[in-house]
Amino acid sequence: MAMVPILDVKGLTKIFGDGCHLCSQSTGPEYETNVCRHCGSIVACSDVSFKLYPGEILGIVGESGSGKSTVVKLLHFDWDATSGEVFIQSTSMDKSININGKNLFARSPYQKRQIRNLFMGIVYQNPHLGLRMDVSSGGNIAERLITANWRSIAMMRGRASELLEKTEIPVERMDEPPANFSGGMQQRVQIAKALSNNPLILFLDEVTTGLDVSVQARVLDLIRNLQSELNLSMIIVSHDLGVIRLLTKRTIVMKYGRIVEAGLTDQILEDPQHPYTQLLVSSQL
Amino acid sequence: MLKADNLSKVFNIHLIGDKVIKGCNGVSFIVDRGEFLGISGPSGAGKSTILKCIYRTYLPTGGDIRYDSVLYGQVNLATIADHMVISIRHKEIGYISQFLKVIPRVSAVDIVAEPLLLKNGVSPEEAKTKAGELLERLNIPRKLFDAYPATFSGGEQQRVNIARAIIWKPRLLLLDEPTASLDRDSTAIVVELLKELRNEGTSMVGIFHDNELMKSITDRAYRMNPETEYAE
Repeated sequence: MAMVPILDVKGLTKIFGDGCHLCSQSTGPEYETNVCRHCGSIVACSDVSFKLYPGEILGIVGESGSGKSTVVKLLHFDWDATSGEVFIQSTSMDKSININGKNLFARSPYQKRQIRNLFMGIVYQNPHLGLRMDVSSGGNIAERLITANWRSIAMMRGRASELLEKTEIPVERMDEPPANFSGGMQQRVQIAKALSNNPLILFLDEVTTGLDVSVQARVLDLIRNLQSELNLSMIIVSHDLGVIRLLTKRTIVMKYGRIVEAGLTDQILEDPQHPYTQLLVSSQL
Repeated sequence: MLKADNLSKVFNIHLIGDKVIKGCNGVSFIVDRGEFLGISGPSGAGKSTILKCIYRTYLPTGGDIRYDSVLYGQVNLATIADHMVISIRHKEIGYISQFLKVIPRVSAVDIVAEPLLLKNGVSPEEAKTKAGELLERLNIPRKLFDAYPATFSGGEQQRVNIARAIIWKPRLLLLDEPTASLDRDSTAIVVELLKELRNEGTSMVGIFHDNELMKSITDRAYRMNPETEYAE
């Protein structure tokens, strides 16, 4: 029984700056920098390859500046990759665009937008990036549904109230803008919006960072329940090993833009191999 | 069904000046289908290390762990891809640790039902009913079913842990001192449940601190010596 990965990332690289032929060789954990010595470019991530399997939650951990969020932003087409390839394997028939077996980075901007709207969802650390704060919560969700080719207002309202209920936002507050909400509620509206188009893959970028612990717990429980209910495939970026332990089965550890270790989450936590991972695990409270 | 061949594990602690700690060395044994193998040896000999290597919580340093998988056929658990290990953990190999690693904010009955759902084929209601029945057999009071095990006593937590590991009748079960924190009555119930599980075809590899207990339920023992590791 060979399992086909839903997402296959190969050699993902992002360089900010002009870049030179020495960028990749002069940066990374062994040089303890991600600034190229020769041209001063910043190598945000280099040669990152991994696979995501259907129904799986994959964790990416690392300290600030390790490139973990960069990976997600490249995969969500927020930024253009300097090099690398990404493939999505979709088994669903109802999507109007065929994406199987083609490098998605090579697609046109229009097609990338379509792929994003139909197959992906993202929740950012900062709700301001994912939501329009002055538009009603229902409107935020409707906006996403329109990009996924929904047209009936009644159906969109129905879908929005269903999602808000799922994410534990009182439905009667659907017409209020997220600006009126607390941080935890804003994060849940973001999750509702990200789920609205039934994405194949959900990206979660530090979703609980900055929330107080009880709110954090509710958001994490919500994610866990959604995963078991919808069997979603997710990538969770976090610097918090507690979040990673709770939600993921497999984890990638990044430092200075490189993957330094990848493995089963319990193995990463109990038998870390790389010096940096050992430091990370031993630093846990 | 399972064959450890010259298995070794070395921990390299980079943080303490690349300190090298030996986990186990040159471990070889065979577990036939339906067999219960005990592992014995003094504390620190590396008994748990062997189980964790089989379950891949530890990455083996050397040697092979051949396992005859239903999903993938003959595989080497020391080296197969992580996602395959995950599938095997969901469908074939179970593990009972010494203590329950509590999953926060999940009720006892849901914790026990979860692996049954992962193995699939049952409805959530059915899984919950089965979980309740098993907890009842383990003498967990009904009023605790929907409580969070974080608030339970050590013995109660461990019984939840055991229920979670055996409810889905894994093909191969790894046991790391499952009864160490249990009283005599609870231990007797667990032993009875393990025997039933074996009669239904589960193969097992286990560590027990109580030698009498180990003799009474295992077929054979693999004895470890902290220096050389040899089999008797």
